[in-house]
Amino acid sequence: MTEALKITKTPDEAIRALLAFLLESGKASAVLSLDRIGQDGAPIYSLITEAKGLESAAPLLPMMPSNAGKLLAEMTELAPSPEPIAAVLKPCELRALVELKKLNQANLENLLLISTTCGGVFPLAIRNNGGISEKLAPYREALAKGEVADGIRPTCRACEHFVPYNADLTVALVGGQANDGTCTVLINSSRGAEALEGFEGERTQAKLESDAIEALRAKRAEEATKLFTASDTAAPGLDGLINIFGRCLACRGCSNVCPICYCELCYFDSVVEDPTPSKYEAQLRHRKATRVPPGTIAFHLGRMTHMVISCVGCGMCADVCPVGIPVATLFSMVGKSADKVFAYVPGKNLDEDLPLKKYEVDELSHLGEERIES
Amino acid sequence: MSADAFAPNIIGFFCNWCSYTAADLAGVSRKKYPPTVRVIRVMCSSRVDPHMVVTAFVGGADAVLVAGCHPGDCHYVTGNYRTRRRFALLQSMFESLGLGTERIKLAWIGASEGSIVADVIGGLTETVNRIGPNPTRQAMFL
Repeated sequence: MTEALKITKTPDEAIRALLAFLLESGKASAVLSLDRIGQDGAPIYSLITEAKGLESAAPLLPMMPSNAGKLLAEMTELAPSPEPIAAVLKPCELRALVELKKLNQANLENLLLISTTCGGVFPLAIRNNGGISEKLAPYREALAKGEVADGIRPTCRACEHFVPYNADLTVALVGGQANDGTCTVLINSSRGAEALEGFEGERTQAKLESDAIEALRAKRAEEATKLFTASDTAAPGLDGLINIFGRCLACRGCSNVCPICYCELCYFDSVVEDPTPSKYEAQLRHRKATRVPPGTIAFHLGRMTHMVISCVGCGMCADVCPVGIPVATLFSMVGKSADKVFAYVPGKNLDEDLPLKKYEVDELSHLGEERIES
Repeated sequence: MSADAFAPNIIGFFCNWCSYTAADLAGVSRKKYPPTVRVIRVMCSSRVDPHMVVTAFVGGADAVLVAGCHPGDCHYVTGNYRTRRRFALLQSMFESLGLGTERIKLAWIGASEGSIVADVIGGLTETVNRIGPNPTRQAMFL
């Protein structure tokens, strides 16, 4: 059981009211929340400093126009935020932020991190064709029952980390309690408790783990097995990789939106990787023809070696891919098995170093030791 | 290129302090091993970023060998422990992607182990001869 606040409003209204309260009481100077702009209400993240500005905010909308962990890291990369910011993030965005913190790319001081149990997000494409309003009711219904909602990102269907780690406040969105017109906010830290002080609601003890969460966890695990053993992406081999990545345009959208790919200049876009005439010449000495621009597989596999250990499976990369490459499926599959080697969960534990930043003397002793008898 | 004329092409990253010295010793002691390895000397096996192995592999190397000091003997004290973790990542990645792990190899070769250089290169050459050329040699749309 955890300290919690029960608010007699729907989660959406309750969190908007909470954000307004934080701004008005000065506990937060700004709020980072999903917002809706334009005639069709396209979701974007925005930084809001006045309660009035929260009218169009939709903090709990199941959309991810960009990974908010990356946004917060970019804001706080050089120095902690001078003013307190309250941010509403999805669990995987929070995990990305924690990974970026471990990579010295973010400062968590002065951030109030509000997260939710997450039912997944819809692909960005649906904001372009018809909006998501009609999808919200069935989505919430599925969450209340602990089912995998229809139409969400493939990696969301397979995500087993939908209960946030390291959140100051957790809004319960999975399970019946989220659909009965009330909102339960769990208090996980003293910073969270301070933020809620003076906010209207009933103090209680609550537990996040419910039947719905257990049911959803089991179903997500099932979906993960299904997704990661799908014939086109499981152990594709070289031919499979050429098939998957062959249509890549080299737009670099995947690495630009990837929260873990934080380098200002990607190695693979640097001048050493430029396809000069002499490189083509060297290639064409061995091959009858070569792809232009070359280096598709080298880029994707190279990027994979750099970031896959921290991949949080947010699905941004696949979502922005203009040619529909299942980048996220492949990367989260590889990441999951690599993380298993090091018993690591990206973004779970702030105090645990990145696997490639540390070592144990007594481990992996089978590597490098096989001897060939001559 | 006909199959019987296949000459394996292995890229070897050898650490300066142990493995490269051992390769030198193998030469001085006139140990025989197949001329299949192009050696790239690095100051420490932990200099080998996994993407360098990927680059060699995608570029058409039939096998990639990373050789360093025995764990505990690193000239820089902890470099090869880090190499070991990186190699574990690479192996796991190659396995998940269905590329097989036979074409990437990690070997600990001490400075005095000239004969082990010959063994490792001989063994890896045998493996490559058995499984054949790396398909990345001929693939056009990489």
